[in-house]
Amino acid sequence: MENEKAILPEVQQIADAINAAVKNAGVTVSINPSPAEQHSLLLFPTKARECAQWLKAESPWQLDYLSNVSGNDWPEDAITKQTPKQPVKDAGEEPMHPCLEAVYHLYSIRQSLGPIIIRMRTENRSDKVELPSLTPIWRSAELQEREIFDLYGIHFEGHPDLRRLLMWDEFEDHPMRRDYVEPDDYDYEPTPHGDVLKKSLTQQEGTV
Amino acid sequence: MTPSPGRPTEAMPQFEMHATGVEGATEGTERMEVSMGPHHPSTHGVFRMDVELEGETITKLKPVFGYLHRNHEKIAESTSYLGSMPYTDRLDYFNSMTNNWAYALSVEKLAGIEVPERAEYIRVITAELTRLQNHVSLIGFLVQDMGALGTPLMYAFRERERILDLFESLSGARMMCNYMRFGGCRCDVSADWIKQAQSVVEAFPQFLDEFEALISENEVLMARSQHVGILKPELAIDAGVAGPVLRATGVNYDLRKVDGYGIYDRFQFRVPLGDHGDVYDRYMIRVLEMRESVKILQQALAEIPNGDYVNPKAKLRGFRPPPGEAYGRIEAPKGELGFYLISDGSPKPYRYRVRPPSLINLTILEDMCLGQTIADAVIILGSIDIVLGEVDR
Repeated sequence: MENEKAILPEVQQIADAINAAVKNAGVTVSINPSPAEQHSLLLFPTKARECAQWLKAESPWQLDYLSNVSGNDWPEDAITKQTPKQPVKDAGEEPMHPCLEAVYHLYSIRQSLGPIIIRMRTENRSDKVELPSLTPIWRSAELQEREIFDLYGIHFEGHPDLRRLLMWDEFEDHPMRRDYVEPDDYDYEPTPHGDVLKKSLTQQEGTV
Repeated sequence: MTPSPGRPTEAMPQFEMHATGVEGATEGTERMEVSMGPHHPSTHGVFRMDVELEGETITKLKPVFGYLHRNHEKIAESTSYLGSMPYTDRLDYFNSMTNNWAYALSVEKLAGIEVPERAEYIRVITAELTRLQNHVSLIGFLVQDMGALGTPLMYAFRERERILDLFESLSGARMMCNYMRFGGCRCDVSADWIKQAQSVVEAFPQFLDEFEALISENEVLMARSQHVGILKPELAIDAGVAGPVLRATGVNYDLRKVDGYGIYDRFQFRVPLGDHGDVYDRYMIRVLEMRESVKILQQALAEIPNGDYVNPKAKLRGFRPPPGEAYGRIEAPKGELGFYLISDGSPKPYRYRVRPPSLINLTILEDMCLGQTIADAVIILGSIDIVLGEVDR
């Protein structure tokens, strides 16, 4: 925990270092007002993989360990509500747009420091939900990004095996989104059993 | 008399040893797809592995998740902060105390709550007792997977039961303890309880010696587990593997030392490290960790001070952390257990995320199993130590 406190005033320095090392990175700091003081770095999705590669391999922090990947959902009404309802205030002047977000908690085993948090935001919540996958850089993200794809519907481009993780393959919605409505009757949800049931019925009737 | 179809008679030809005409078949062997699970005794719950076999050798293995999925995170987001404390017990149902602690630690970070010293000691004591009972039953299950049916597992469960008795007298429940609160614990420990815990802890090393004499140098265990399921340290770090599985590859990363959360920096203990990263190392690491846990317990039980067991300023009702986010993590017996929370100032968490060590340790299951036999896959899975309540959430 002492490590954490030592590194936190340096978040702005890390952002500056990335901006100096990666061309047009445009990294900004997202301020966290809670007593935890875990501020994060907001990456541009188009430059994110380059920045992440630099953070892991070349930066002085050597962030070799990706601990946690989390999805967040920010619909219109969660943002427009006035503070203190608004959780994370942006440092920039631009207010946050409705989006889906992926948050990565990074640590360095070699230097035992962290967490350094990076986040990426999609353009909107409906049709432009692509983010670059960081699985090629940290394999730890493999199952966690699949889970976010499943529960939030963020498409991670460049993920080696992007399938649903927890829900069944035929399921169509994303249950962790804040506007998800539970179906009245789960029988209407498409399940793999539908095909099996049809097949068994036809076999019973003898018309294969 | 005509033979019924399908019944072998003397007139029928012998089975051919070489499968021919089967797609993808090679000389002598037949490629087979086997679905292990979800109801298989060796998968430790409802877990499935789609395995492709070349003879007995694994050429492909895909884990399938979700049979126990109940969207724990969504449920927690629709209830109060304290309301999901009992539900964290059900994540990794072997280790409810450490689950409670990880969640309480994250909320304390989020809201900036101080924890009194006595409560920190109680937390360390319960967490290390949890580690003892988790590791000892894991070893019981592991040797059961290797064919030592019953006896070692019963020895392990006999010891585990003594620790569960302690939990029961402390919290009222053997496994679903629901014991931690934000800023401390739910109730105080008595002097009697500490005496009882001391006697359990003092007797534990003797049991470990006995247990180790039975199995540590057992020829079958060594033959089955040495050089099986080898994991390289670079891959382990890259794949976010945590806990004993990571340390068995030789990476010195124990959050009790690195983060020093709680009061772990006050205790003298060592971090055992493996050498080869195989199943035997993962077994041995757990034995050694139990010996270190006993040391921590002896120190903590001797030094526990008097004082508050919960921060009197911490609010139980109407608890609203200030807006913001926090990520807290602890060294749970199965690895790094983390909670990521976002507060919007309301009584319910805006975002509640569990970083499940069991799930992320399964990322490298295929890498460890490729080229091994199907019987080895069973013990490799056993040595990772998963609990499906946490994997599927």
